[in-house]
Amino acid sequence: MLTTEEKHQIEHEISLVPTRKAACIEALKIVQQNRGWISDSSLAEVAEFVDMSPAELDSVATFYNLIFRRPVGRHVILLCDSISCYVMGYETIRDHLYSTLGIKYGETTEDGRFTLLPNACLGTCDCAPALMIDNDLYRNLTVEQLEEILNKYT
Amino acid sequence: MEKPLTQHIVPSRKPLSLKEYEAVGGYASVRKILQELTPTEVQNLVKDSNLRGRGGAGFNTGLKWSFVPMGPDAPATKYLVANADEMEPGTFKDRVLLEGNPHQLIEGMIVAAYAIQANISYVFLRWAYKLAAKEITRAIAEAYEAGYLGKNIQGSGYNLEMHLHTGVGRYMCGEETALLNALEGKRANPRAKPPFPQVSGLYGKPTIVNNVETLCCLPHIINNGAEWFKGLSRSADAGTKLFGVSGRVKTPGCWELPMGTTIREILEDYAGGMQEGYLFRGLLPGGASTDFLVEEHLDLPMDYGSIQAAGSRMGTGTMIILDDQTCPVGFVHNLQHFFAQESCGFCTPCRDGLPWVERLLLAIDKGEGRPEDMLALEFHTKYLGPGNTFCALAPGAMEPLQSALKYFREDFEQHIVEHHCPWSTVWQPSI
Repeated sequence: MLTTEEKHQIEHEISLVPTRKAACIEALKIVQQNRGWISDSSLAEVAEFVDMSPAELDSVATFYNLIFRRPVGRHVILLCDSISCYVMGYETIRDHLYSTLGIKYGETTEDGRFTLLPNACLGTCDCAPALMIDNDLYRNLTVEQLEEILNKYT
Repeated sequence: MEKPLTQHIVPSRKPLSLKEYEAVGGYASVRKILQELTPTEVQNLVKDSNLRGRGGAGFNTGLKWSFVPMGPDAPATKYLVANADEMEPGTFKDRVLLEGNPHQLIEGMIVAAYAIQANISYVFLRWAYKLAAKEITRAIAEAYEAGYLGKNIQGSGYNLEMHLHTGVGRYMCGEETALLNALEGKRANPRAKPPFPQVSGLYGKPTIVNNVETLCCLPHIINNGAEWFKGLSRSADAGTKLFGVSGRVKTPGCWELPMGTTIREILEDYAGGMQEGYLFRGLLPGGASTDFLVEEHLDLPMDYGSIQAAGSRMGTGTMIILDDQTCPVGFVHNLQHFFAQESCGFCTPCRDGLPWVERLLLAIDKGEGRPEDMLALEFHTKYLGPGNTFCALAPGAMEPLQSALKYFREDFEQHIVEHHCPWSTVWQPSI
């Protein structure tokens, strides 16, 4: 069930656009913000609320990179793997994250703390390599900084 | 040297508040158009300034606007959208403007919206730009409070609403018709043209989508005139341009310089030349979807015409450098992986062709390539080229590939003949 607060927030988004459907991406963002990801039942609830079939809403949800249709950890690490970060050696950062966290792309640590995902260009190419954790951007990364960065997230 | 777009941007400092921005002349262009200029006069002034779209395509901005229906018979609802979905790999110029001076963008959007008589506007912002989202939200609220947005702006009778929309990540959203689908809550597939968005865009209403940097030029053109804007440039294309450099240079960054500044000046005087131990081999002049240029092109001026004449495109004007210690096959494979991943899958050549290209490049990089793979790659550069796909994504993807096959052919062939990567670096995206 969508919470009262979720419904309230989604209704506000609907008020800004001509049809209920047009607010569906905003609705998915609101629900994901609260629940971490979009489960099948969350998807069905949102679909009903914005007058769409679950299948149609899923076609939208799965199109976008940042709507998670599988559970993620408490913090999501998005590591840029595009061209400038490639030239500047992001692979050493990736390999260090693999060994420190014991996970690979698409996986979540056993304690549910981190999910690691590759991400397309973060638009900070003059400060490559770069990654984001939740809303925080880290740039000019070196392997030495990673421990301190990861320790900020519990 | 005048730097109108970045003159009030200091990277270590918060962007100007509305009061501070007004104190340095901000929003003067809004008062000027509302008091002195008709929408058509604004359109003509911008057309005369020869401002060309800074998102990559380089279409004359005033001309683009002129296709919007005007006058009493035009639809009552029209839209203006700022394309702030910066996601072209290697591109980070709009971030500078969004984070550094959001009021300049809002001012430019008011000018553009007035010129086409739009009453609703959106900033379509990339999700990753969290700081920009915060600053734009604050700036929009300030602009409403000061009467630059909302009803009856500055007592003129003109109304304009402005909303911030942040995306959820997909390169396709940068294509203007796909962006409109995303704004409508749909998959970001591109739309068939015609009808063009100027006539039938967001929710079927006349819509203009302009790039952030394009919009930021507008207040300065209104305040200083078309001739002044042309005079900023060192070439036939008007204005200044935000140029960027990333890769193994000493001081990567982004600088506002006269249009027509040579590649060599940007690389050597601003980016500081190559890092110790690295040699220059080539560059993509304006993002991932532009053709390689090499040593012989370094004295070319960065403007639309000169770069096009050399077989590439100025694109976004943010260059990516290929150095001698980076494998060209890996470099191109990385680009093609991006395009294959970001293809919307709507049309077959792009959906099926790009993953095939990606697999061929991986095989070549691993030393498992066959001589005939070179022909298969060349085949793709033609069949995924202009005219064969629904939008510009796949043709854009083929630009760095076709030019790599031209300029770095020996490197590709060496991989195939020697059955291994001479750099011993095989890039594998999912490992």
